[in-house]
Amino acid sequence: MAFPHRPDAPELPDFSMLKRLARDQLIYLLEQVTSWKKDLFIEADLMSPLDRIANVSILKRNQHEVDKLYKVENKPALSSSEQLCFLVRPRIKNMRYIASLVNADKVAGRTRKYKVIFSPQKFYACEMVLEEEGIYGDVSCDEWAFSLLPLDVDLLSMELPEFFRDYFLEGDQRWINTVAQALHLLSTLYGPFPNCYGIGRCAKMAYELWRKLEEEEDGETKGRRPEIGHIFLLDRDVDFVTALCSQVVYEGLVDDTFRIKCGSVDFGPEVTSSDKSLKVLLNAEDKVFHEIRNEHFSNVFGFLSQKARNLQAQYDRRRGMDIKQMKNFVSQELKGLKQEHRLLSLHIGACESIMKKKTKQDFQELIKTEHALLEGFNIRESTSYIEEHIDRQVSPIESLRLMCLLSITENGLIPKDYRSLKTQYLQSYGPEHLLTFSNLRRAGLLTEQGPGDTLTAVESKVSKLVTDKAAGKITDAFSSLAKRSNFRAISKKLNLVCGTGMVRGVGGFIPLWSTFLGGNVLERRSWQGLDEVVRLLNCGDFAFTDMTKEDKASSESLRLILVVFLGGCTFSEISALRFLGREKGKREFIFLTTAVTNSARLMEAMSEVKA
Amino acid sequence: MNRTKGDEEEYWNSSKFKAFTFDDEDDELSQLKESKRAVNSLRDFVDDDDDDDLERVSWTGEPVGSRTRPGSFQSLSDALSDTPAKSYAPELGRPKGEYRDYSNDWSPSDTVRRLRKGKVLIFLKRTLSKEILFRELEVRQIALRHLIHFLKEIGDQKMLLDLFRFLDRTEELALSHYREHLNIQDPDKRKEFLKTCIGLPFSAEDSAHIQDHYTLLERQIIIEANDRHLESAGQTEIFRKHPRKASILNMPLVTTLFYSCFYHYTEAEGTFSSPVNLKKTFKIPDKQYVLTALAARAKLRAWNDVDALFTTKNWLGYTKKRAPIGFHRVVEILHKNNAPVQILQEYVNLVEDVDTKLNLATKFKCHDVVIDSCRDLKDRQQLLAYRSKVDKGSAEEEKIDALLSSSQIRWKN
Repeated sequence: MAFPHRPDAPELPDFSMLKRLARDQLIYLLEQVTSWKKDLFIEADLMSPLDRIANVSILKRNQHEVDKLYKVENKPALSSSEQLCFLVRPRIKNMRYIASLVNADKVAGRTRKYKVIFSPQKFYACEMVLEEEGIYGDVSCDEWAFSLLPLDVDLLSMELPEFFRDYFLEGDQRWINTVAQALHLLSTLYGPFPNCYGIGRCAKMAYELWRKLEEEEDGETKGRRPEIGHIFLLDRDVDFVTALCSQVVYEGLVDDTFRIKCGSVDFGPEVTSSDKSLKVLLNAEDKVFHEIRNEHFSNVFGFLSQKARNLQAQYDRRRGMDIKQMKNFVSQELKGLKQEHRLLSLHIGACESIMKKKTKQDFQELIKTEHALLEGFNIRESTSYIEEHIDRQVSPIESLRLMCLLSITENGLIPKDYRSLKTQYLQSYGPEHLLTFSNLRRAGLLTEQGPGDTLTAVESKVSKLVTDKAAGKITDAFSSLAKRSNFRAISKKLNLVCGTGMVRGVGGFIPLWSTFLGGNVLERRSWQGLDEVVRLLNCGDFAFTDMTKEDKASSESLRLILVVFLGGCTFSEISALRFLGREKGKREFIFLTTAVTNSARLMEAMSEVKA
Repeated sequence: MNRTKGDEEEYWNSSKFKAFTFDDEDDELSQLKESKRAVNSLRDFVDDDDDDDLERVSWTGEPVGSRTRPGSFQSLSDALSDTPAKSYAPELGRPKGEYRDYSNDWSPSDTVRRLRKGKVLIFLKRTLSKEILFRELEVRQIALRHLIHFLKEIGDQKMLLDLFRFLDRTEELALSHYREHLNIQDPDKRKEFLKTCIGLPFSAEDSAHIQDHYTLLERQIIIEANDRHLESAGQTEIFRKHPRKASILNMPLVTTLFYSCFYHYTEAEGTFSSPVNLKKTFKIPDKQYVLTALAARAKLRAWNDVDALFTTKNWLGYTKKRAPIGFHRVVEILHKNNAPVQILQEYVNLVEDVDTKLNLATKFKCHDVVIDSCRDLKDRQQLLAYRSKVDKGSAEEEKIDALLSSSQIRWKN
């Protein structure tokens, strides 16, 4: 069943305002270009978000005079318009594309007007490249500060999947400013946030930058009533494990199997049972989806079958109807039933595809291995399983995922295994993945144990840490904890692994966030009581309450928590937290993520070789 | 900046940090002295209050007007003491404030604030000479990472490699150089490029991988040329029956092995395309080899070859079947390739674990194995249940009946 909307649940703020704001801003920018017709070139990554905000007809309406729409891609553009407008992310390759176009015009002796709209902002590096290419004076630049796309009533996405790689691999902080701006916008629209918490270095930086922005523009939110009581910032690398585990709730599985993009998914002919593909919007408005999205997959099929039977029964009612009843039925109910029927058959089709894929993959065995890794037993068996997985060339991304899971849960692979698995991986999937391994190592996802890093060594250090608070010992232990994940220690401390079978969101495993957001931190307004865990995580944390704002907050708003994922979050995590919110203390979570992600996307981001 | 012109004049005249110009380019010695002084007197360019001005940079988080601590030249002077006599000619811009302490890294918030749109870093790259820039960055890890990322994006491979060389980050240097091979499409050119990667300062293991990469591509080029020739000549049966769907170039080793087991199975060790040669050259473990060879021969339905893979002769001359990968895997692969039941049955029988054996036998309808297993397990019920699955009047049914009525067997249920 869905999480039924409880009458006592706090009401969510209206995020559709964000869409309108973005659309109005874009239209304004387009109208700024002079009145002649212009052609608009849109970067591929922006097309889906743009779709959710403003469809083609709105763009083409007369005032903005957009004539033709093109996609920014490798082919040369054949546009005859006198004005070209480019809507792009601030990427170097986009600059090169635009430059090639402008320079081609120059060579052909043609002058046109060019405008570049950067979304969400312009980076100076882009200007530099435009200069280098000799076209800086020929184009005018603007920024479209669109950074918050509502994907659902409780889910906002910044649609910046590159955040993960840029920050967690390259150490580049360019997007932190974007996050701060987005938070600033949210606090402007929905009132200040009385309580702010966070864990992770990036969270801390984003928070501090955001605070500075607020101070600079003080007065905008003074005296307003907060709509959201708490905000929680989380770094992706504080908990990789949850993101790497197999997803078992329906929405997560749909994402894993079909790739949900900007809240919608493309179902191919095998799902639609026709020869056409269908793009389906997946959110709370799809009544069927809404009921199954957070359900464990094993329940979904049964649920859908039951629903199909109910639907059939409803249809059958018309047999006993007279003309009047029939007329009524056709005008009032039939449309709804037909729509439900359509949605139902789509989701049943999707389930079948998912099941087919799972049987092919030998899903049971996979889950068993994952579980063994989480619990920490049968490690040799698990390692053999991974080795075989690689030997059989099952899937480069899956093999990587399993290796990373092993590495994180075991504080790194033992050197012998690291060397052997790496060699086999390169032999099975290509020698160029040497680069992928280098990336994974840098990001801390797949590492080798150094001497003294074996689990027993660390565990003994750690156990000393948590029972003996003598300062000297703590510092000693710290120095070797460095960037270790300490997963096993933390999970034991917090009882995160809870046997087989579905618990919340992730089969048999509670995401770390659930513990933080489960109440203690929010209730106590501090990290007190979780100090040891925070120390084991060895990253920054903060908790800050502004009493002046808190006083103005209604009790309703104090039950609303905005969780900000820096680096992405999975549908399983969202599902687990939705469940948590409604189960404990009648809270409601709202999610803001730099992008929705899954284990495959995380692995792909680290891979140097594009499949 | 809040200073008036008068303040600046006073500053210049009284400060112990001498200003200078770059016009005097007399002899080398004075050049060196000038250079040293130049770097020591490097003005910072920023004013904290004025964030949005592109042209200005601050090196530390200290407020404008703070006094410099004397011993703070540490990092820079130390670094300079072994500088070769090079003449720097950086554009310094208008000197503004006092010399600041260079030894602090930018705090994250400062960095973010200043690098907000990547402005500062670009300015640095342009106006300062490489060496000065690199030295400054050496002590600023965050700014360094930004520059590296920027150089990667912009594709300035040369500067990137120079930077790594300067920082003595030899492994990253090697990896960056190696990465370039992905941009070379022509196989021969790529092979030549890979050759230049051998001997770069990789770790010992990675060096071996790079060597293997080169060797693999080298072999693939030879095999590809050869096979394309054979295919077009049309005389070789295997190519006629199973035309190649893709080139072997740039494929992983295991795929190449599969290809070799498929098209060149019987070749002697001496040829580049023989599976045994590949195994030896790349030290492919037995497990992987058997798995791949099995997959290839099973696809060709060459059951005798499959048989030979697992048959070993012991010293008495008796043959025995062994598999480094577990016979349940063998069965699965055979089944995937639609092996006839008799073949499947033979291998199901070799599965050691009785439960697995029974499961597989049931799944793949290997009646005899099921029957025998039930008998071995003394499981009457299961045998009875299975009776309904065999054909009426078949030999299997008779066999079951015979067993069920046998008084020799002490059934457990």
